[in-house]
Amino acid sequence: MTTEHLDPALRVEALASLLIERGLLDEATIETFVKTYEQSVGPMNGAKVVAKAWTDPEYRARLLADGTAAIGELGFKGPQGEHMVVLENTPAVHHVVVCTLCSCYPWPVLGLPPAWYKDPAYRSRVVREPRQVLREFGLELDAEVEIRVHDSSSEVRYMVLPERPPGTEQLSEAELAGLVTRDAMVGVAKVAAP
Amino acid sequence: MDGIHDVGGMHGFGSMPPLTADGPFAEPWEGMAFVIGALSARIAGGNLHAMRHAIERVPPSEYLAGYWNRWTMGAQLMMEDSGIVTEQEVRARAAQLSGQDVPAPPQPTPNKPQMPSGGAGNLRSRDTPPVFAVGDRVRVADRDPAGHTRLPRYVRRRTGTVTALQPCQVFPDTAAHFLGEDPQHCYTVDFDSRDLWGPGAESFRLSIDLYEPYLEPA
Repeated sequence: MTTEHLDPALRVEALASLLIERGLLDEATIETFVKTYEQSVGPMNGAKVVAKAWTDPEYRARLLADGTAAIGELGFKGPQGEHMVVLENTPAVHHVVVCTLCSCYPWPVLGLPPAWYKDPAYRSRVVREPRQVLREFGLELDAEVEIRVHDSSSEVRYMVLPERPPGTEQLSEAELAGLVTRDAMVGVAKVAAP
Repeated sequence: MDGIHDVGGMHGFGSMPPLTADGPFAEPWEGMAFVIGALSARIAGGNLHAMRHAIERVPPSEYLAGYWNRWTMGAQLMMEDSGIVTEQEVRARAAQLSGQDVPAPPQPTPNKPQMPSGGAGNLRSRDTPPVFAVGDRVRVADRDPAGHTRLPRYVRRRTGTVTALQPCQVFPDTAAHFLGEDPQHCYTVDFDSRDLWGPGAESFRLSIDLYEPYLEPA
């Protein structure tokens, strides 16, 4: 077997060409998948869950008790979201999520993972020196804050419910959703006030 | 397997990359790579665990050459195992697409694995009750199979506390090798950072989900 590195773009094109020729893949399927994960399945879904939890205490309680069902109420379900657990960040406890063995990520609420989440630097270090990792990302936590790191090693998927920023009492649920970032729902950032 | 994928706690990968807010695919070929990988289990007659194991078997230099590179090579490896394509065919097609006149190598004979499926997804049930309960102290087994496992190196032989029972699930260690779903109870186990990394470690708690065969009473 040739071991010389083949440009991945060319490998993908060659492999796709063979699969299409064999009737195992087609252009329409490719287009549908790409469009779905570029436009409909992404962190805007998780942001809606967070904004609802911030404004509706009963929903928040349901979300923390049974993440899968509460997220499903908003219509978000599917691959890589079979069993969802929501972790609530507070002034005393800060949760952060990783997958050290691959790049498991809660697709229905956050979409596909960003480059940094898949990077061996993040995967190797956040389970060993999370405070330093968060600092390098620009998040300095007070020394008294307890950090809890979650390694997604089974089919359970985790999402962080970030703290609602101060000064947002007058904002609507939709406006609040606009503040919520992907990074805050993984736990490497806080939601900034507008 | 003790492979390049099991990076938890390793040194040497550098500082954190920038927190960018980009979409999922930087270039069109990455979108196509995603779709090929997402459909690879269906195309090759495999499953999610076999796909993960295929990515783990990508040679280390290729694994580290980028996420979509290892994802594509893993998907292809699973298809090679099932007689869907060969590396020679992919290389020849790549050469042809680059304008070279090379003959097409012979097409393999499909030989897809046969493993009964308990249905969609990975949540299952099991006849025997969970061995451990919330609050139990458990020791992670000294277990390092050559095949697929979801037990990372950095928690092996360490002692922690069960903090939650998670749903019973398909056992990756057998499903990845088409040896059956063999559903297992799954526990969230919580470790003190100093029990993982020594007395000088940063103070934090680490939780990880571990299948029952990975655990022993402490």
